[in-house]
Amino acid sequence: MSAKIKVGIVQFPGTNCEYDTQHAFDALGCETVILWHKEDAIPDGTDLVVVAGGFSYGDYLRSGAIAKMSPIMKALKLYANNGGKVLGICNGFQVLTETGLLPGALKRNEGLHFISRHHHLKVISNDNTFLRHCEANEVVNIPIAHHDGNYYIDSEGLKELYANHQVLLHYTDESGNIDNPNGSIESIAGICNVSKNVFGLMPHPERAMESLLGSNDGRRMLEGFLSA
Amino acid sequence: MKAIVNVFLKNGVLDSQGKAVLHALSGHGFQSVRDVRVGKQIIIEMDESDSAAAKEKVAHMCEELLANTVIEDYEIEIIS
Repeated sequence: MSAKIKVGIVQFPGTNCEYDTQHAFDALGCETVILWHKEDAIPDGTDLVVVAGGFSYGDYLRSGAIAKMSPIMKALKLYANNGGKVLGICNGFQVLTETGLLPGALKRNEGLHFISRHHHLKVISNDNTFLRHCEANEVVNIPIAHHDGNYYIDSEGLKELYANHQVLLHYTDESGNIDNPNGSIESIAGICNVSKNVFGLMPHPERAMESLLGSNDGRRMLEGFLSA
Repeated sequence: MKAIVNVFLKNGVLDSQGKAVLHALSGHGFQSVRDVRVGKQIIIEMDESDSAAAKEKVAHMCEELLANTVIEDYEIEIIS
């Protein structure tokens, strides 16, 4: 392998998955660095920026709403608009929809409960960096842990998502039949932008790196970002 | 000058919290309750003397941060 892939992991006050995410990318042989939210530039040569999960700013106002005002997010927008790769996991997905880097919004779970358990997901589109090592229609097992994971987009936006192959994952049962834990429209668990350089999902691939701990399906997803 | 901002989910966007409150009220015998919506109120104290200018600034705040206009509508009341 040539030079190590450089991964920056964004940390806001209240982020709590940054070190799990760092551990996951370290295990894949990447060079990782934590990016504090007050930094106003993405380091040169960064191959991927991950907005990690947690509860940035205590989820005050709306999940991800206050985080979007941080200096690092201005830099991240510039980075993404120049084609830089960005992955938002859980609260990171909420931050990316709030900033407008991804379409739609994440509402309170329909059942109003915080949900924390393993869940099956079906791969819908794999013609992208993130899921290129997964098969289309493959069912993977990845933990979810969220209160505001109820994905919403208007009907026109939804049509565009499917037309442009932006829908990445559906929540399903282990046979691949729809099993919707949170009320998300069309059971959508993850999407990307039109240019396919910005990815967001509620499930936590960084928590599915070791079969000993329940699943290693997340490994293949994150490996998509290697040797870009 | 004071601004009162009410933020609610748009019509057509399911308000799960409103539905839960509706069911709780109906279950407690408040049979006349037809619908409930849960939103939030944000009260802002401002150093502004012109209410039109204040309203314009608060609208900008709503667009930037206070509401997510993908799913929410907002109403602004200025009290001088």
